[in-house]
Amino acid sequence: MSKKSLISIRDFTKEEILHVLETAKEFEKNKEQKFLEGKVIASLFFEPSTRTRLSFETAINRLGAKVIGFSDATNTSQSKGETLKDTIIMVSNYVDMIVMRHPLEGSSRYASEVATVPVVNAGDGANQHPSQTLLDLYSILQTQGTLEGLTINMVGDLKYGRTTHSLLQAMSHFNPKFIFTAPEELKMPQEYKDFLDSKGIEYIETTSLDEHLNDCDILYMTRVQQERFTDPMEYERVKDVYRLEASMLSGVRENMKILHPLPRVTEIDQDVDDNPHAYYFKQAENGLYVRMAIISYLLGYR
Amino acid sequence: MTRKELVVSALENGTVLDHIPAENVYKALDLLDLKGIGNQITIGINLNSKAQGRKGIIKVEDKFFEDEELNKLALIAPQATVNIIRDFKVVEKKKLSMPKEVIGIAKCRNPKCVTNHQPIQTRFATVEKDNRISLLCHFCEKSTEIKHAL
Ligand SMILES: [Zn+2]
Repeated sequence: MSKKSLISIRDFTKEEILHVLETAKEFEKNKEQKFLEGKVIASLFFEPSTRTRLSFETAINRLGAKVIGFSDATNTSQSKGETLKDTIIMVSNYVDMIVMRHPLEGSSRYASEVATVPVVNAGDGANQHPSQTLLDLYSILQTQGTLEGLTINMVGDLKYGRTTHSLLQAMSHFNPKFIFTAPEELKMPQEYKDFLDSKGIEYIETTSLDEHLNDCDILYMTRVQQERFTDPMEYERVKDVYRLEASMLSGVRENMKILHPLPRVTEIDQDVDDNPHAYYFKQAENGLYVRMAIISYLLGYR
Repeated sequence: MTRKELVVSALENGTVLDHIPAENVYKALDLLDLKGIGNQITIGINLNSKAQGRKGIIKVEDKFFEDEELNKLALIAPQATVNIIRDFKVVEKKKLSMPKEVIGIAKCRNPKCVTNHQPIQTRFATVEKDNRISLLCHFCEKSTEIKHAL
């Protein structure tokens, strides 16, 4: 099998997406499947992300493989000026796969072209984070029983939020409708609306969280991330723009589930956590099964 | 013989690149790697043109380009024409076609793009929309307008 990497969600066809989600279901039923015993996987975190790193490293361990790597780049040879290319080629010689996170956009694509082993992008700056997208899809599939024909209401920072952009691209395979709930400053960028138009996919835009709360199957909440803003005043204006509370959920569809890539700040009140519509903690757990499935698939085992 | 034809025919053997927007003549010299070569080069800037107002022209003695090289010119001068001259006569006229990929010569405008921090050859796909050309970065997936990339 030729080397296959996962850098952007667009690297996977619809069939590959569905295959990985089906495999993830098997791992959720049976977490102990150590068929990667004897393999070594590098976990290279050039910037820290404890949540994502623990999820990947747990997935690797559950599959029976060993992990090498680092959790931030401060004491690596990169900090002494070694090029990314040299680091990746050197690590390639030791391992069967590389999982990497890097603050520079495009770094994972580049790494996948110099590496001799598959590379999984665990986030390259504000660009792509495909395992997040796949775990979002898995969570939608598990809660709705299908990915086809659903209405997804995306809320919050739709301008800078890469998770919403990737999810939109991935869901476009499955005949969805979208509701975009965002303040004027953080509206969905035109290029993504052009993309939906080109595929004939319907969407509505609103600034009010109440307006379409009762019309969706998935409520995809996002955090407004301060580090994405160049204008601090703009951030102050929009940071607390939406706040979902349990009392607002009385009229929602019975099947509606609330997703959030976490961590949340103020956009979902604590009183929603015990509500039957809340799914975000389970969503985070799903990341483990999906990452097990991604690793197995790229190594040719599932 | 009109005066214009005389100007073009003044070359014995070589290539005449005509109808380049006047402001892009220096960029054209860069794109076609003409700055270091020893051939005799004649450059005209702000010549009167019926179609373009002010145009530029580059004449390179004893130089015959590969199509792939010439097509780079389409990025900054899509209307340019190319005349191949042999023995003072135009023996061939070429039209440019837009390259699908631009490798090495453009710069990504995204300050966080890996190509701006590591010794990496840039690589873009050309995207045409509403008669404007932009470059989509193969690495960071962001697009840069052509006038900012070259
Ligand atoms: Zn770039």
